[in-house]
Amino acid sequence: MVEKIKNWVSRFYLGLIILFLYAPILVLIVLSFNSSRSRVKWGGFTFDWYVRLFSNRQISEALTTTLLLAFVSALIATIIGVLSALGIHAMRQRNYQLVMAFTHIPMVNADIVTGIALMLWFVHFIPLGFGSVLLAHVTFNIPYVILSVMPKIRQMNVSLYEAARDLGANAVYGFFKVIFPQLTNGIVSGFFMAFTMSMDDFVITYFTKGPGVNTLSTMIYGEIRKGIKPEMYALSTIIFVFVFAILLVVNYIPQKKGKVVKERGLR
Amino acid sequence: MNKLKTINKRSWLSSPYVIWIIGFTVIPMIMIFRYAFTNEDGSFTFSQITAILDPIHLKALIFSLEIAIGSTVICILLSYPLVMAMKRLNLGKQGFALFILILPMWMNFILRILAWQMILSNNGILNFLLQKVGLEPLAIANSGTAIMVGMIYDYLPYMVLPIFNAIAEIDEDIIEAAKDLGAGSITIFHKIIFPLSIPGLLSGIVMVFVPSMTSFVVSDILGGGKFQLVGNIIEQEFTKSMNWHLGSGLSVSLMIFVLISMAFTMKQEGEGKGSAIW
Repeated sequence: MVEKIKNWVSRFYLGLIILFLYAPILVLIVLSFNSSRSRVKWGGFTFDWYVRLFSNRQISEALTTTLLLAFVSALIATIIGVLSALGIHAMRQRNYQLVMAFTHIPMVNADIVTGIALMLWFVHFIPLGFGSVLLAHVTFNIPYVILSVMPKIRQMNVSLYEAARDLGANAVYGFFKVIFPQLTNGIVSGFFMAFTMSMDDFVITYFTKGPGVNTLSTMIYGEIRKGIKPEMYALSTIIFVFVFAILLVVNYIPQKKGKVVKERGLR
Repeated sequence: MNKLKTINKRSWLSSPYVIWIIGFTVIPMIMIFRYAFTNEDGSFTFSQITAILDPIHLKALIFSLEIAIGSTVICILLSYPLVMAMKRLNLGKQGFALFILILPMWMNFILRILAWQMILSNNGILNFLLQKVGLEPLAIANSGTAIMVGMIYDYLPYMVLPIFNAIAEIDEDIIEAAKDLGAGSITIFHKIIFPLSIPGLLSGIVMVFVPSMTSFVVSDILGGGKFQLVGNIIEQEFTKSMNWHLGSGLSVSLMIFVLISMAFTMKQEGEGKGSAIW
């Protein structure tokens, strides 16, 4: 009986938190179907904003910039991050701690300080624009990759690689055939973490972007005073539903495949 | 011996990253300090750093501190029952916890804060619902409370996840043993679960306190321009007043202030239960 009440209270509380987390999202989804431009009045149901979205050049440019930025920065961060995690793991204790301390700086430092510091440095050698934002994003993305690959490296069996080399594999072949498969999980989650962080960032982009370039975040921020274009709600709803579907598939369907990789890694 | 040699040879792989750290972490930090300690004409000064003590700046700093401490404490109070509820309902193991907490982050965060503005405004959704059930409408639009709601909303996942991870790692056998020896659920939480969750709690505190202390977007939208956090003042120095030296000075002061508060928290927490942390 007591257990039942406790379970019921737990469910109720969980429900409240979910309501708190998803209420604003629900509001935005409803607004994307609102035919009135006003944010407070319901003017009837419409798909207009979804149709207009595809002819809005500003939004599609910002979307392209955001996705390109997230993809390229996550890719560069993953390459540098995986290599350096392998290197750091082999370092002596003192260097290891030093590099890891520096790895934590962009994560613990306030975004506003990181953004301003990068901007103050960039203005000396590069025009503020896509390039400077890309450098900034790679900078804050690398630590996420390192921190998600590092635990896998610690579990990794070094002897396997050495055995491969003894049997005549060269370093590159050995890396892709022996080391890489053992780290796949960590690399993939590091990449997606970096991708998400880049998509979600506003502050650092805002300070390092210069006038010409806009990501979705900086574009929305610029529109706050004028009023957000309803097409934006439509786009966010599409992105949200898309990611929701992907996460559902990744989390609940191919668990068998994940297990195989894990087991192989453990062996 | 031979193995050690091959291992050490591998460390050159991190050289691109070391160069990256120097180029994009160390040098930018040096730059911000250089601006912070100089005047427009390039002469050395402490005045940009001490500018944080000007009444307007100090007021913003204290207000930021109040908001940040309030948000952090409320996030902690919301997180533990949530984590315990998820543990009780056995939701953690299927990645459900991660799923519901991470998913909202894929809706642009400025839009989500704008949605809160619509929910909390005087003739907004919350007051509409309150009046429907016959309650007095609340006047929390454009207030410190509204700002805090936004901060808690935005950073709650960063508190829940590390605490959740720490608690998920606790060996079930320890809890079973405590139960066998007659401990009630309160004793179990107090003596086992809470102490073992402290590493997670500490990283949660850092991940909530630092951004809520330094944010400028949430206060901009939910404060209705009436409230200034340090972040707002710094942002304006760069985008409106174009006084980079003062902006850098305030940033450095803020950074030092945050570091001191963090060190203080760690020490306070660490003294009693040091063994649990390291």
